[in-house]
Amino acid sequence: MRKLLILVAALVVANVAFLFVRPSGAAQPAAASGSNIGIVLDVGGLGDKSFNDGADRGAVRAEKELGARVRLIEPGEATDREAGLRLLAAEHMDLVVGVGFIFTDDITQLAKEYKNINFAGVDYSLSTDSAGNVIPPPPNVAALKFKEEEGSFLVGALAAMVGGSKKVGFIGGMDVPLIWKFEAGYRAGVKYVCPDCTVLVQYAGVTPDAFRNPGKGKELALNQYQQGVNVIYHASGATGLGVFEAARQTGKYAIGVDADQYSEAPGHVLTSMVKGIDVAVYDMINRVKNHTFHGGVYTYGLAQNGVGYVYDEHNRALIPDSVQARLQQIKADIIAGKIKVPSTR
Amino acid sequence: MIVLLFLAQTLRIAIPYLFAASGGVISERAGLIGLGLEGYMLGGAFCGAVASYYTGNAWLGLLGAVVGGVLLALLYAVTSIRFRGDQVVIGIAINLFASGATRFFLRLLFHSSANSPRIPGFGVEQTGTGWLAIARNPLIWIGILAVAFMAWLLYRTPFGLRVRAVGEHPAAAMSVGIRVARVRYLAVALSGALAALGGAYLAFDQHQFTAEMSAGRGFIALAATIFGRWDPVRAALACLLFAAAETLQIQLQGAQVIPSQFVEMIPYALTIVALAGVVGRAVPPAALGKVEGL
Repeated sequence: MRKLLILVAALVVANVAFLFVRPSGAAQPAAASGSNIGIVLDVGGLGDKSFNDGADRGAVRAEKELGARVRLIEPGEATDREAGLRLLAAEHMDLVVGVGFIFTDDITQLAKEYKNINFAGVDYSLSTDSAGNVIPPPPNVAALKFKEEEGSFLVGALAAMVGGSKKVGFIGGMDVPLIWKFEAGYRAGVKYVCPDCTVLVQYAGVTPDAFRNPGKGKELALNQYQQGVNVIYHASGATGLGVFEAARQTGKYAIGVDADQYSEAPGHVLTSMVKGIDVAVYDMINRVKNHTFHGGVYTYGLAQNGVGYVYDEHNRALIPDSVQARLQQIKADIIAGKIKVPSTR
Repeated sequence: MIVLLFLAQTLRIAIPYLFAASGGVISERAGLIGLGLEGYMLGGAFCGAVASYYTGNAWLGLLGAVVGGVLLALLYAVTSIRFRGDQVVIGIAINLFASGATRFFLRLLFHSSANSPRIPGFGVEQTGTGWLAIARNPLIWIGILAVAFMAWLLYRTPFGLRVRAVGEHPAAAMSVGIRVARVRYLAVALSGALAALGGAYLAFDQHQFTAEMSAGRGFIALAATIFGRWDPVRAALACLLFAAAETLQIQLQGAQVIPSQFVEMIPYALTIVALAGVVGRAVPPAALGKVEGL
């Protein structure tokens, strides 16, 4: 018993000691000007080539161009998210950003506790009351929303035009409304250019594990490729890495999501539907600097460069000029409101 | 053709389960709960990926996976045998530790807390969707052999007899001169090695380690161990059954015949059914989870 107590005491001391350990260069002395920005990343952390790296890019740009000082926190476990936000809020940051829809509840809660701190939530999910009306976020919270369906519409049209098959595929991660937006836009895009095409839709699961199960992603993709699909668009986080692996193995194509995923399977990535997390984060920091920040819903679509698709030297060979011209036309039509893109299935 | 493709996919999905369930059987037959299988798999996947990345050789990667799995299993064995901790608590701790440690070292070695760089695996580029990909992947054959090996080890060797003895009645085993703790350490180490090979299969199949890539497969393997009533062959059949259900769900999902929620539930629901004694009596090894009094 005594030994146990000593052990527990030693662990507690070690734990407290580690609290004071900072990676070198993390705690730089505050300069006189510029705003202080705190960002809590989603589980996955830096190097996820997606969401978190996007937020980081926006932050780095803001540091360079706006002189902002940014502190990034990478939570290890899900429970550290709230602690990270609270820490930054308690340090009186000018803006606290949570990256990922999973932060919604924590941000809502903390925004009520820290009324004079500005918060922003990437993919903040808005709830609706019993009558179906959207409940606005608290006055000091900016909900950063993306029109994923618009970007998905474009890659859907692309998949149908260059796929060379009447069947195109979609693989989602967890079967939830956020991912249905991708599916709905993609399906509409396919049907827009090819009304008699069919879209094969599969989801990896019904738990958050469905976003980090590349083994399942690969099996789903192999199954679709077997059925004659040549292009699969995935919106499934790390599960999608399995989709790229299947594309390599079968010599077919996949479409990335959130960030440019070309490097996952060079030669097999047709394009990626990119979300401008960096654009949104930079925009928020800029607003804080110019004192134009206010709570509310900010939507980033094709018009704001909040979503888009990759067309660069890597995939130019896969996309004929005529197809690219058609896509640009469709993009212009969406921005002009001539094409209505559905966001629910 | 459809049947063959169905079987091929079932086999591919079943392999990690087969490895881990074989490990689960030997661990539980020796009296130690196999809750840490998930952690061994994840640790094995990570160590396999690291070893394969730095040596450029998939076979050395396998060796690395085994080392990683054995180390995690020994940690479990020491705390539960030597220090007599509660096996359920330690098992959960092992899983949490594996999840955190793999992320930590991922960050340290590859500067990413999400995934490793591309690693060499067994698969050759563009082997398609059929049997070629299976024939070219030695881990598939090793996985099937692991089941046969476990059945032979448990029922046809002196070591297997000792494992069963210490799992049923450790005091009696000790009275005839069996070194109970040693047999248990060996059994748990073997379970760690096998589950780690299952993890290595996942990583090599993706040519990459991804954080949390075991995604609950260790628990499904544990469910198969119990549903198979702690018998290697029956546990393997349970693995194939669970994998077939998953394949069915994958192939029928487009048609919306079976809700995917239902299919995800199958392994656990069947395990509860088995434990409730609906299909024959599921009698666990008598000393399972108890190491006090030695």
